[in-house]
Amino acid sequence: MSTAQSIYPPVQAIAAVVIRELYRRKDFYVLFVLTALITLVLGSVNFFSEEKVVRYLKEICLFLIWVSSIVIAITTAARQIPAERENRTLFPLLAKPVTRNHVVLGKFLGCWYASGLCLFVFYLFFAVISGAREHAWPIAHYFQGFMLHWFLLGVVTALALLGSIVFAAPSSNNTITLVVVTGILLLAGHLNKMALNLSEPMHTLVYAIYYALPHLEFFDMRELIIHSRPTVPWLIWLAALLYATVYAAIFLSATCFLFRKKAIN
Amino acid sequence: MDAILKIEGLRVEYRTRELGQTTKVAVKGLDLAVYPGEVFGFLGPNGAGKTSTMNVLLGFVPPTAGDAYLFGVSVRKPIARQRIGYLPELTYYYKFLTAEELLRFYGKIFRIPKDQLERRIEDVLKLVELREARKRPIRTYSKGMQQRVGLAQALINNPDLLILDEPTSGLDPVGRMKVRQLIQRLKNEGKTIFFSSHELGEVETVCDRVGILSDGELKAAGRVVDLVSDYRCDNLEQVFLKTIDFKLAA
Repeated sequence: MSTAQSIYPPVQAIAAVVIRELYRRKDFYVLFVLTALITLVLGSVNFFSEEKVVRYLKEICLFLIWVSSIVIAITTAARQIPAERENRTLFPLLAKPVTRNHVVLGKFLGCWYASGLCLFVFYLFFAVISGAREHAWPIAHYFQGFMLHWFLLGVVTALALLGSIVFAAPSSNNTITLVVVTGILLLAGHLNKMALNLSEPMHTLVYAIYYALPHLEFFDMRELIIHSRPTVPWLIWLAALLYATVYAAIFLSATCFLFRKKAIN
Repeated sequence: MDAILKIEGLRVEYRTRELGQTTKVAVKGLDLAVYPGEVFGFLGPNGAGKTSTMNVLLGFVPPTAGDAYLFGVSVRKPIARQRIGYLPELTYYYKFLTAEELLRFYGKIFRIPKDQLERRIEDVLKLVELREARKRPIRTYSKGMQQRVGLAQALINNPDLLILDEPTSGLDPVGRMKVRQLIQRLKNEGKTIFFSSHELGEVETVCDRVGILSDGELKAAGRVVDLVSDYRCDNLEQVFLKTIDFKLAA
């Protein structure tokens, strides 16, 4: 039996339970309804010229999608392993031919697929709303934007899973991961400029942080979609997906390592 | 006859954070063997090392020294757990799943082919008397039903060895009786059962052999009737108290 054949059934089974949990919980529905409601209410207000209203509407809608998707990814991933421990379901699970690596991989894939499904619904809503106003369907933009966004959620999910092993309470993990992700999105791109004005050793330190951090802002295609600019060259787009895969793999490896060391009795 | 479950010189130590003490020895050189078709009761007061031993058998904790084998395979390898079923004490299974979905999930982990798995789910739900409630979310189940769904998940792979950790803990008399009947039925089917319990009456009824653990050491092991006669006692409870050096208040 190949390695892939031997690891996939438990990983797939664990991932399927995570997806089932997400669609049976209310989190996604609440955030979707809120996003839809705010976008539709804002869309019904007609001020300035028609074109500007559409751009403004797209900007608000995409911003809400970004916030909602990151919240869903973090809260879903952060509670997985702590809930297994708290409810003691980890014991019957690990008493089966399942390793801790299977658990981490299964949880990751489940959270990533689940947040991908939610994201797809959000983007579909966005496409319908902007298509109805602009009478244009830039499929390539949406595809690139969706995939980059989904891979970013992969990095965020892996980070939240790592946090769930390091921090004792899911609530503190939620807050810390959310602050870290927001911080990276807002500041990481400017760290190199900041470093230029600093003296040693801060100059080197800030530069090291700049290169070590996952640059999540690379995955933000909102401006291109809102202003209908040309799509990202496909090779660069592929490189960005690879970049996200590498960071997710690093965070997952760290999670597997720490989880294997963790006493679960 | 080859032992299904074998423990050789098992030692389990935990690091503690208490001042002046670096390790706590939970199990000290335990040797034990359980043979096919046996119901073995694993007894001991709280803190005796029962849970630590079970944690090693299930691969949750690595042994500090010695080893344990299931079907001749070291418990350090996940494949050793392919033919076992485990019922933990007080587990709250995924509340958003139904019993049927939960069993399908565990069945997939064992790579049971789809048609066989559906038949197995049907059989196990019938055995634990949960067929009517199969489509209801587990969060709506009573404690007794939750324990039976736990037993069902332990049986989904038709295991040859069942490891049960306090299977009747927290259940009312009817629930206890049902679980006891199930254990008896599984014993009649030829399953090997290794279970820990504080209910000595129950152990006396269903076990072929028992082992009494205290301070991490096996103090006594054998058939209940033999132990009662060897220790010149009237019942298992008295044997238990004698082996753990419990002094009754005057």
